[in-house]
Amino acid sequence: MLLQRKPELTYADVTPKDVYFNRRKFLKAMGITGVAALAGRNLLNLASPSRDVYAATKFTGLSKSPFSTTEKETSYQDATHYNNFYEFGVEKDQPAKNSQNFRTSPWTVSVEGEVTTKRKFTMDEILKLAPLEERIYRHRCVEGWSIVVPWIGFSFSILAKLVEPTPKAKFVAFESFWDLGQMPKARPELAGIEFPYVEGLRLDEAMHPLTLLSVGMYGESLPNQDGAPVRMVIPWKYGFKSIKSIIKIKFVSKEPPTTWNLSNSREYGFYSNVNPSVDHPRWSQATERRLGDIFRHKTLMFNGYQDQVASLYTGMDLKKYY
Amino acid sequence: MHSFLSNKWIKVPIFLLCLVPFGLLVWRALTGNLGPNPVETLQHTTGDWILRFLIFTLCITPLRKLLKLPELIRFRRMLGLFAFFYACLHFLTYLGPDQNFSLAAMSKDVAKRPFVTVGFTAFVLLIPLALTSTAGWIRRLGGRRWQMLHRLIYISAVCGVIHYYWLVKSAVLRPLAYGAIVGVLLLWRLGDWLIRRGRTVAVAPKTQRASANSQ
Repeated sequence: MLLQRKPELTYADVTPKDVYFNRRKFLKAMGITGVAALAGRNLLNLASPSRDVYAATKFTGLSKSPFSTTEKETSYQDATHYNNFYEFGVEKDQPAKNSQNFRTSPWTVSVEGEVTTKRKFTMDEILKLAPLEERIYRHRCVEGWSIVVPWIGFSFSILAKLVEPTPKAKFVAFESFWDLGQMPKARPELAGIEFPYVEGLRLDEAMHPLTLLSVGMYGESLPNQDGAPVRMVIPWKYGFKSIKSIIKIKFVSKEPPTTWNLSNSREYGFYSNVNPSVDHPRWSQATERRLGDIFRHKTLMFNGYQDQVASLYTGMDLKKYY
Repeated sequence: MHSFLSNKWIKVPIFLLCLVPFGLLVWRALTGNLGPNPVETLQHTTGDWILRFLIFTLCITPLRKLLKLPELIRFRRMLGLFAFFYACLHFLTYLGPDQNFSLAAMSKDVAKRPFVTVGFTAFVLLIPLALTSTAGWIRRLGGRRWQMLHRLIYISAVCGVIHYYWLVKSAVLRPLAYGAIVGVLLLWRLGDWLIRRGRTVAVAPKTQRASANSQ
């Protein structure tokens, strides 16, 4: 294993939870409202310029990852204002607006199914599972745009090993949080997909070191619109595989249903590996536009992670298993 | 209302109004406010305005008849030409940033992708309409033939809606809304045509000579 972690990084390096979560509530509790809030906002903006005041606190002492790309990072503004998060609206600019009051604390992730130790993790516990790394990954949307994001988290396999999947476990099913009260737009008739959002991976894909359980980006905890408080990041697959705001992880013996596949199985397969030679039925996947660019560039096989992940699919017909 | 619509100068503010979406895009481009994916913003905004102007254009005839405002015809050509104007911009954002200004790459893409094929068709169909939009061309073609030719706008609008519908992943509400409006406008024409035909058939025996003279 190539990963070099710095063992000296502990949970003490992470900002305390009451600061981490819902700083907005924290401000309210301090009696900062109305005009005063504007002043507070400005003060906080001075402390962390160009960051939205609602984005939570910084992580410090992150270890670097050999998996990181050296490509130019997408700007924080773009990565947080161009989102597909249908629970908060189908237009790219809606999640940033509609998710600001999303309550991400308290939060628990239930781990179930074919595991020796079923258990619920609080966000506190998840943050303590392993030293946090920064991993700068390419992220390619099935729609033909891409970004480069410095995610924060650790390999999903760390959590998986902890709960000890039984020999029956062949796949992992994930489920997103869904609450119409907080997500009034998360209705099938508005979004065209079913809720709650579900995703899945083959067990070996889930255990791959590149597969990241992410709790932050750009040095901070995840903004709500990017899948707070905890999400998956699978950099060699189309973005919709990287499920957001996870509340349930279930180890299962059969291939689990996945939201976009349920919506349109001809267009969105279970695997959905980035593959420039297998087109979406309606558009080409040969090229992509990096946010911030005018012209398109060539899309790489497995989004450029071929060396690491191609062996997972040896002997498979990737046109058939798209 | 009649004198207002017939006023010589009324076309000027309407012309300027039709330019507002373009002006806003230019303004946003110059101030760097086109969002994280500027090319997409340009494509989607111009695409929206093509459909809107096609719909405005298709509204003229029903509104003239329903509201008994024949003067509305004065604005039809301008609205149609604005649909074509936004279609040209839309096409350029595709030919340029998407296809690197390569006509060869574009032809391949048009041939291969149904949603591009149908969008390209919608655009190409508007070209003869724009070219023959002058009074001179109406005269040269003769009213009847000119009118036949300009019914291509129906196909163009339908193709435009399909193009949009095939583009979206799952959020079909907006393309469906455009489709519903275009559908209503085309159905109204069908209904109007059926009624007129019925009337002509019914009155034909008695007024054959009279109507022949009047035409």
